[in-house]
Amino acid sequence: MSFFFEVLIGGLLSGVMYSLVALGFVLIYKASGVFNFAQGAMVFLAALTFVGLREMGIDFWIAFVITLGVMVVLGLLTERIVLRPLVNQPQITLFMATIGLTFVIEGVAQLVWDSQPHNLDLGIQDVPLPWISDSTGMNISTFDITAAGIAAVLVTSLALFFSRTRIGRALRAVADDHQAALAVGIPLQHIWGIVWAVAGFVALVAGMLWGARNGVQFSLTFLALKALPVLILGGFESVPGAIVGGLIIGAAEKLAEVYIGPMVGGGIEGWFPYVLALLFLLVRPEGLFGEKHIDRV
Amino acid sequence: MLYREAGQFKTSYAADQQVFPIRQDRIGVAAALVVAFLVVPLVANQYWLSAILTPFLIFALATIGLNILTGYAGQLSLGTAAFMAVGAFAAYNFVLRVPDMPILLAFALAGVSAALIGIVFGLPSLRIKGFYLAVATLAAQFFVVWALTHFPWFSNYSTSGVISAQKMEILGFAFDTPVRKYLLALSIVAVLAIAAKNMVRSSVGRAWMAVRDMDVAAAVIGIRPLPTKLLAFAISSFYCGVAGALYAFAYLGTVEPEGFNLDLSFRILFMVIIGGVGSILGSFLGAAFIVLLPIFLNTMAPLLEHRLGLQLPAGLTSNLELIVFGSLIIFFLAVEPHGLARLWQIGKEKLRLWPFPH
Amino acid sequence: MMTAAERRSGDVILKLENISLAFGGVKALSDITFDVREHEVRAIIGPNGAGKSSMLNVINGVYHPQQGTITFHGKVRHGMNPHDAAAHGIARTFQNIALFKGMTVLDNIMTGRNLKMKASFVEQAIWIGRARREELEQRAKVEEIIDFLEIQHIRKTPVGRLPYGLQKRVELARALAAEPSMLLLDEPMAGMSVEEKQDMCRFVLDVNEQYGTTIVLIEHDMGVVMDISDRVVVLDYGRKIADGRPDEVRGDQAVIDAYLGVAH
Repeated sequence: MSFFFEVLIGGLLSGVMYSLVALGFVLIYKASGVFNFAQGAMVFLAALTFVGLREMGIDFWIAFVITLGVMVVLGLLTERIVLRPLVNQPQITLFMATIGLTFVIEGVAQLVWDSQPHNLDLGIQDVPLPWISDSTGMNISTFDITAAGIAAVLVTSLALFFSRTRIGRALRAVADDHQAALAVGIPLQHIWGIVWAVAGFVALVAGMLWGARNGVQFSLTFLALKALPVLILGGFESVPGAIVGGLIIGAAEKLAEVYIGPMVGGGIEGWFPYVLALLFLLVRPEGLFGEKHIDRV
Repeated sequence: MLYREAGQFKTSYAADQQVFPIRQDRIGVAAALVVAFLVVPLVANQYWLSAILTPFLIFALATIGLNILTGYAGQLSLGTAAFMAVGAFAAYNFVLRVPDMPILLAFALAGVSAALIGIVFGLPSLRIKGFYLAVATLAAQFFVVWALTHFPWFSNYSTSGVISAQKMEILGFAFDTPVRKYLLALSIVAVLAIAAKNMVRSSVGRAWMAVRDMDVAAAVIGIRPLPTKLLAFAISSFYCGVAGALYAFAYLGTVEPEGFNLDLSFRILFMVIIGGVGSILGSFLGAAFIVLLPIFLNTMAPLLEHRLGLQLPAGLTSNLELIVFGSLIIFFLAVEPHGLARLWQIGKEKLRLWPFPH
Repeated sequence: MMTAAERRSGDVILKLENISLAFGGVKALSDITFDVREHEVRAIIGPNGAGKSSMLNVINGVYHPQQGTITFHGKVRHGMNPHDAAAHGIARTFQNIALFKGMTVLDNIMTGRNLKMKASFVEQAIWIGRARREELEQRAKVEEIIDFLEIQHIRKTPVGRLPYGLQKRVELARALAAEPSMLLLDEPMAGMSVEEKQDMCRFVLDVNEQYGTTIVLIEHDMGVVMDISDRVVVLDYGRKIADGRPDEVRGDQAVIDAYLGVAH
């Protein structure tokens, strides 16, 4: 039984990290109606920039601030160069544009830095937490706990920020109706700028945590693919949905890998979340917390 | 003055509904076919045939397949490579396991296998739309590659799922040289391209476009949305399946499931976007562009290096390729959503007026 | 050859009984009963939000009412799918034009005849025999409609490039292409100039007289409604408040109150 819990907790911990990445998607989707496939590439760019600066001997916090600056500039440029010309296009077109953006960011990141994997040390050790293994016999990594803690703090504070502050209210207005938001005097561009900057910040934290865990390398871009089923489960427009969806997907994929995997030859982590999300979608197309839309004709 | 339909009066609806109603277009297509079938095999060298022209044709076929689904029926798919993989492995197994299996029949069955898988993954389109559906096709992408890797039967128990395509023979004639492989691919692609062109100008094509443009209105005039979408999934996957079989048999020879990854799916999506969403001609243009661009960059880089006398960083061209592809996607989506095919058409309209400006 | 007046005295072909429709908690239609006779022009009028479009959507199966029965050509049903309705000869146009934006006028109208085409996709791919023959036969039919609605000059134009009035006309053409026995028109003249309205009225009446098509129409322009309809049903807040000949309805106190906004 303790093995079950060990797997479950491991899954939930990585689920928090999925939530973090998914949150980046939800923010941008809410503000500009764009499903930003490039979020994964942004995580990659952030991690690569940070590790590159660190390797040049730059102090941790200075590197952090510079990288954050890079991400904010990237967000603003994306808003201006990619999204503004495509305003009022169908969502699917915007989605394809962000696939293009993914390629650009990946290319630029590797051109400026390089294509080699890097190690990133945040000073947190990846060893089983002693008091848990002593008392229960379960191996839960210190790093996973810390990372999940950081992610949880970030997720909570962002959720609060967007539900309690003026900017948050403006964002919700923008998400509901662009035209109406403009009409009541909400500066749309300003809000978009903030949201892309926040998404960049989320990408940076996610990139640092994942990069420290698995190395800073190209596979970080696949985080976007992990976040997709989370979003389907949680609904594209829901912050709580991203959190709960992340936890469910994280736990389910680990449990499936351990208990179902051996029966079919393993390696099912890649597609299991998708199938899970799809089955869910057939039952409840709007996601866990999404709103139901009525087609008007 | 050369390209002008003035004086070509249509006296029947049959004449007006030909594939290419304008005489110059008919001449152009005929000329292209003559060049492709007769001139190219005589003049092209091995490198051009096996590294550029044959893959170009195969990618064009896959692009037509995706264009049927995405461009005409409006259902975005990110799982094109998976359907190609089904085609490649199905053809391999049909030839392997059925004695005296004719190769063309094996290709057709490969297409049918891919079509069946396509229908399965198209079923969610009953309830979901847009990028929700795109995510369903991503499930196809990951699941198919996983299944082909983890069930060794598919690759006849070879290590890491690698298969080597068998020899292609039709009525005792072996298609074993680059020229012959090219001609076989060309014949199949030409036939299927014409079939696709016929479908998109018939009622089935109109039903696809109707569902794409406004599904409620389509249902109201009697088009059943689900069968229409599923047929698009099936036919699109058939094309991708045949393309996958050719990819293994006529181009690479040896393939593994991992070769049919998401990257390949994206590449074919890019061919659709750059070539022209909802255009058969655009499928060829897009495929040509994306096949040629890396070659162009790889040729230019050393020249540039030599001319400037400096050492360019390693991986420059592959990264430049990513940047150029990505930027072009954004550019075409924003500026010319109908891609190169539309530019071609604008060119023709200009030519029609030439030498007068208006 | 029957006269228009004789045609209009046909039997009841569509009977709606006690129809109620709600979205979540919002009642769109409550307990509505009325009928449509063969060959007549039946208008549905009422203020904004009265439930007129919902009524049409119930008739051709886009919405399924929670309560009530629909009897069409003697067959009772609770609701059908839009494509079944189309197969049974019901065609319609929409309030906000629902043309296929990426297609030409000709292709849009041709889709109206898709139900008549029986060739399989394989035959169409090879473009032989039945597929080719059908395509030409249907094209000839479509050309008749194009002539009838006087849109020959825009045959090959993508519909997205057409002005509003012409788009409405093309949408009517697409509906007519199905040779419907019943045509539902949702505000066919909204947003049109006076000349365009006159043209549209002429087309609607011509359709009714030449083909004997039963017409159910929603329209805001009272002049138009009074001129062209045989019977009028009036809805307000999802309820039926009057039903009868135009002159009867015009004098009805409940109708006058609804339009002038007397408190309920």
